[in-house]
Amino acid sequence: MPQKKISIRIDGEMVTVAEGKTVLDAARAAGRTIPTLCHLEGLDDVGACRLCLVEVSGSGRLLPACTTPVHDGMSVATNTPQLTSYRRMIVELLLSERNHICSVCVSNGHCELQSLATDLGIRSVRYRYAYPKLAPDLSNDRFVLDQNRCVLCGRCVRACADVEGANVWNFTSRGIFTRVIADLADPWAEASACTGCGKCVQACPTGALAQKGQAVEEMVKHSERIRGGAYRKEVAL
Amino acid sequence: MKKLKLATVWLDGCSGCHMSLLDLDENILAVAAKADVVYGPLVDAREFPEGVDITLVEGAVSSQDDLKKIREIRSRTRVLVAFGDCAVTSNVSSMRNSIPAAKLINSIYVDAVDAARQAPSSDVPALLTQARPLHDFVEVDYHMPGCPPKAGTILAVVSDLLEGRKPKPPSVKFG
Repeated sequence: MPQKKISIRIDGEMVTVAEGKTVLDAARAAGRTIPTLCHLEGLDDVGACRLCLVEVSGSGRLLPACTTPVHDGMSVATNTPQLTSYRRMIVELLLSERNHICSVCVSNGHCELQSLATDLGIRSVRYRYAYPKLAPDLSNDRFVLDQNRCVLCGRCVRACADVEGANVWNFTSRGIFTRVIADLADPWAEASACTGCGKCVQACPTGALAQKGQAVEEMVKHSERIRGGAYRKEVAL
Repeated sequence: MKKLKLATVWLDGCSGCHMSLLDLDENILAVAAKADVVYGPLVDAREFPEGVDITLVEGAVSSQDDLKKIREIRSRTRVLVAFGDCAVTSNVSSMRNSIPAAKLINSIYVDAVDAARQAPSSDVPALLTQARPLHDFVEVDYHMPGCPPKAGTILAVVSDLLEGRKPKPPSVKFG
């Protein structure tokens, strides 16, 4: 059955979009740039990072574009000065929360967090850096988990659970103490369900998950490679 | 026209930003036509002078001496530029920040050496608890990211400042 088409306004422009699509889908199809971090094509959206927040007329609060479905007559603003200022705050908070030392990072130059900061025109971080003490997990033969670079987007968690079906990664604790953990906070090498597929590494937007043996700037991710699994899942449904 | 006073300062950094400054090559002549370099690692001056127009500060604020210097520099400078990633974010200098300063000093001056195993009590300035970016201590007028900033970025910012223009934010990656 062909999907019902509905009309919405994006930054004043009338666009037609299939029912069931998200505001993010519609905006990107209409050529708008909405920054995202926890969104990854092929994974279910969770609206965790809040970078894609948009203004929806009639809504008293900002809504994440990635998890908000379009509805008929909707009017959305995607790039107001207020949204840009919030997006900058979010990225600056992320930068201040862990030790993102780009110049010695495997992902320097290929990092989504770094690109977001650059694109949003961030030139310094107004918040006091937390400089937490975080040990990397080097137990796996092929991969490294470096908590210093983690932004808690959960793309590794979802890639592992939804695409690979292994459920190795999870979150523990809350707020600023939240950490990505393997199994019950075991060393990665002891996570018996890990198939070593590396989808988490490719899904990770920063240098938090990387292949071992990569030097500074060498870790180029291929997040598009994990989409095959999501496509199969869609077909199976 | 009266020449402007330009200063450069090297705090807790690797001097890479100053190396990049040298990469200005012949463009340094255009800068020299507009400004005198009155202080910095590249000139012979003991005291940071009064009435400096532009100061480029490389490095994080990491020791008591850095802190004293940056406060003095700020009070004597019209336009202060955080010059490179260590000044902007603390960068590599911040990698010691989760280690207590006393433990750090001990591991370097006592544990890691065979002779004269003693933490320095004079000549080496006491470390602050953490190495932090300039703007944690003083007001910064412009941030110039880069590890190090490219010569072209330095030239663009310095030229704008020397001409009395507001520098355009450099279109370089952050961090």
